[in-house]
Amino acid sequence: MNATAVRAGFSTTVQDLGRTGFRQFGVSLGGALDAHALRVANLLVGNNESAAGLEVTFGGLQLRFADERLMAWSGGEFDARSGSTSLPVGHPVVIREGDEMGIERAKTGCRAWIAVSGGFDVPVVLGSRSTDLRGNFGGKEGRALRHGDELPLGKNSERTRILIDKLQRERIARWKPPHDWSSPAKREPTLRVIRGSEWNRFDNVTVQRFTGDKFTVSPDSDRMGVRFEGPRLKANELVDLISEAVAPGTIQIPPSGKPILLLGDCQTIGGYPKIAHVITVDLSIAAQLRAGDEVRFREVTLADAHQLLINREQNLEQFRRGLQPHFS
Amino acid sequence: MEIVPLGDSALIVRVRKNFDGAPDEALNAVLATQRLLENAHLPGVIELAPAYTTVGVFFDPVRVVASGAKPDEVFEWLAERIREVILNANEVRADRMETSPIQIPVCYDAEFALDLDEIAQHAGLGAQEVVDLYCASEYRVHCIGFTPGFPFLGGLPSKLATPRRSTPRKEIPVGSVAIGGAQTGIYPVQSPGGWNLIGRTPLRLFDPKKDPPALLRAGDRVRFRAISRDEFARSAM
Repeated sequence: MNATAVRAGFSTTVQDLGRTGFRQFGVSLGGALDAHALRVANLLVGNNESAAGLEVTFGGLQLRFADERLMAWSGGEFDARSGSTSLPVGHPVVIREGDEMGIERAKTGCRAWIAVSGGFDVPVVLGSRSTDLRGNFGGKEGRALRHGDELPLGKNSERTRILIDKLQRERIARWKPPHDWSSPAKREPTLRVIRGSEWNRFDNVTVQRFTGDKFTVSPDSDRMGVRFEGPRLKANELVDLISEAVAPGTIQIPPSGKPILLLGDCQTIGGYPKIAHVITVDLSIAAQLRAGDEVRFREVTLADAHQLLINREQNLEQFRRGLQPHFS
Repeated sequence: MEIVPLGDSALIVRVRKNFDGAPDEALNAVLATQRLLENAHLPGVIELAPAYTTVGVFFDPVRVVASGAKPDEVFEWLAERIREVILNANEVRADRMETSPIQIPVCYDAEFALDLDEIAQHAGLGAQEVVDLYCASEYRVHCIGFTPGFPFLGGLPSKLATPRRSTPRKEIPVGSVAIGGAQTGIYPVQSPGGWNLIGRTPLRLFDPKKDPPALLRAGDRVRFRAISRDEFARSAM
């Protein structure tokens, strides 16, 4: 059975946890820019956490469902509705046959992830269902959704059916994940960073400016990266830097002196000096940055970054176990 | 050899300091290191990405800890394993298996070779001389990147080195063969680009339905063969 994109939205793509194993062929990781948010949404509807969902940018999406499904969304602060019913972030909800749901107006942040029971069953390309917009493959025909697109859905699992039956009367579950998981968008975000390999080759003034000043998100930002305006950093005159691997989270300083924070669709290699890297747990915040947002960077240690990631993973495991009774 | 973090979920193994001095030797050492690390199946390692003098190692810190690393020593623990693998290898085989070069047919007709005149002018040669010189050389894939399947090729005759265009084109047609500085390459998917277009190949360099999806990989040897407009049309069908 299908879901129909009655309205496609500003830029909506099918994404899972990304494509690994093909970086050596220039293929980006891609996937949900906030992989944690998609994992949580999937768990809430009884899916495998790596099932494909929809990444919605700035809203404008209206979906119609051909059969009964469980749906949950996560991400920025959006207005989501089914008919006149408001659909709160992080609460699994039963969508009935023929019903529609829409997601509108990002109040804070800019991206949301929609998980539907059964998952979006587009073909697997190079091990993933994620849309690669640069390579034009994966997802729905390698592109963002268009009005009227039909999206195949996998079957509702047994465990999902159990929760759907339990929610027949109330429709919307009363429980949800921890608050900061479902609301990563911040009004004055601080991104924690660790040093990049060229950190020491920038002068002191530049490094102090990088961690002391505020940077403004430029409109010229997309799934490949976030560009910043604001204090211009003194470009490092490393003309002989040899291109090497870069990763989502890498912050490069190009000759313009304006930092670029790489996101999931970034190129696999880069030759600009890397001043720092946003830590993995804060990529959830980075995925919500929109033009005009003022951002600060704060240095943490690599050990801190790993500890934070491991804590989050342990909390997710606990959450997963806590969900079990709802699905049995 | 130096191992440095690339954020909290990747690191870079710097196999050589320089590239241009001895590109073949550096590339062979990088590819040998990549093979060693591939075969080692280190815990938590997801994938490897070679480029010029380095191998990028992408890993899942959670799985590294599950394999015995302390949470505050993930990087050191993995770096140590990588060093062991490299140092314990009897010798890092620096010679790659001699394979015959991959032939890339290219049509150099004016329709495709939008910048051939600029390249010729810069080199002080005639257009046909440029094509002959370009086809006479053997190239080597130094790295794949920029877009899916884009090969950065070394081996361009120095006479043909041409600076990038001051204003990049917004859309380069698929299959365009181009010169950017001292390197040459082929645009496998539609993308913007600032290199000088010398011709076009009907070959498909990137096909996501295939595994591997790219025709070329780092280390491959490449030769270009001139084809007519007719042959281009026949092969492109």
